[in-house]
Amino acid sequence: MSGIKKYFGDIFHGLKTLVTGMKITGYYFSHARKEIITQQYPENRESLKMFERFRGIVTMPHDENNEHACTGCQACEIACPNGSIEINWTREEDPETGKKKKTIEKHVYHYDMCTLCNLCIIACPTDAIVMGQTFEHAVYDRSLLTQVLNKPGSKLRAGVED
Amino acid sequence: MIMGSNIFDFSSVTRPFHEWLLENLSPGLTMTIEWSIIGLILILFAAISVMALVYLERKVAAFFQLRLGPMRVGPWGLFQVVADFLKLLMKEHIMNKEADKFLFNLAPFIIVTAAFLGLGTIPYALGLHIFDINIGVFFITSVSSIGVLGILLGGWAGNNKYSLIGALRSGAQVVSYELSVTLSILAIIVFTGSLQLSEIIESQANGWWIFKGHIVAWIAFIIFLIAGTAETNRGPFDLAEAESELTAGFHTEYSGIKFAMFFLAEYVNLFIIAAVGATVFLGGWMPFHIAGLDTFNGIMDYIPSILWFFGKVFMIILIIMWFKWTFPRLRIDQILILEWKYLLPINLVNLLLAAFLVLKGWHF
Repeated sequence: MSGIKKYFGDIFHGLKTLVTGMKITGYYFSHARKEIITQQYPENRESLKMFERFRGIVTMPHDENNEHACTGCQACEIACPNGSIEINWTREEDPETGKKKKTIEKHVYHYDMCTLCNLCIIACPTDAIVMGQTFEHAVYDRSLLTQVLNKPGSKLRAGVED
Repeated sequence: MIMGSNIFDFSSVTRPFHEWLLENLSPGLTMTIEWSIIGLILILFAAISVMALVYLERKVAAFFQLRLGPMRVGPWGLFQVVADFLKLLMKEHIMNKEADKFLFNLAPFIIVTAAFLGLGTIPYALGLHIFDINIGVFFITSVSSIGVLGILLGGWAGNNKYSLIGALRSGAQVVSYELSVTLSILAIIVFTGSLQLSEIIESQANGWWIFKGHIVAWIAFIIFLIAGTAETNRGPFDLAEAESELTAGFHTEYSGIKFAMFFLAEYVNLFIIAAVGATVFLGGWMPFHIAGLDTFNGIMDYIPSILWFFGKVFMIILIIMWFKWTFPRLRIDQILILEWKYLLPINLVNLLLAAFLVLKGWHF
């Protein structure tokens, strides 16, 4: 008797699971206009917005006063597995306190060696560098891929080191 | 015609043409001319409908997976299929050195022939029925099983492990599921008492069998859909070509136009299965009629019968595509278990139930 019960139970259970699956795909199909996630890239170039976790290229955000948050601690340089980051730094004397302080001259980033692994962003203690949202980086000259991330004349934002 | 006086009868166009030909030519010549015209129309129809089906399949698959599908060639990718077809035509014919050349070349033709034989017997609209024999359903089920011969030959002749395994799987599968397709149709044949497709349609003038046949018709219809999907070697029963295991299954060795023939036959078979399902269960070209509501029936008759037929076929094709893009592929043992342990016994009991209903006169 239990065999017969199992037989029909199997049939109904099977049908139920099949209908469950068909419901999900049926929802996708009937709501395709709204749900489709495909981007038609060259056409929507102007309006294309990349998702939050996209790893484009390492950038250093500057605020309106041309200030960044990089203290020159070199954590990113140490974290980088293939040496894409070089930091040229000096010690400058603080005019108020007279103490010597480490500052960056140039945050050099070699995009041609970078694998966009995100390790430098994780290592950065002050969130001075982030992954950008751009992805069209093809150039005709390899040397153009080496960039200086901190803008000329920029300086450390006050309060970052506190 | 009992009801449906408003339905446009296509024989009112074809009959005068036939008579005009008979007046001017000998009967033999008339027949030859008519056959060649019908053959041309069928080939054209098959080519166009296969292209439409391929486009539909790609779009439907894309929508099920939240993609857009072909979008680049022409508006909404409409000419993508044409481009693909032209590419196939220009491809090189490659044949394995060890292949059995005769069988290798014969297999695509057998498959295409089987597919076209089925196409000829389907009633497309009122009066648009090429070959109305009194064993129509029997004829369609028997010619559609010739197709598996082509699959077996193609798999064998290529001298390739993948294609041989694919062909063997396909053989086991089609032989099994042929039973279920036929038995599920038989349940309705018990109601109609005729194997002639035109008579099956006429018997649904006061309601389609899916509504008139109680639960029996529903069970038969569901089994027909499952077994029909399996018989056309479509997913989730597409293990004859299982891309992930067997590269392309039985047509691994084929290229160019010969591959296109397999492709063509696959989609023609899909159309035939859907058309048979529409004819037997959903009334073919018969408009939606409710017995007793004559004004309603009259309004329904104003929609051309050819639209009814293709609408129903389209719905069934959509359901079969829905299966394909939802369910994962079955293993060969699972397929055989499904057929022999579940579908076949249910089908036999269902057939018995249908006979009982007819005996008691409990159907409408």
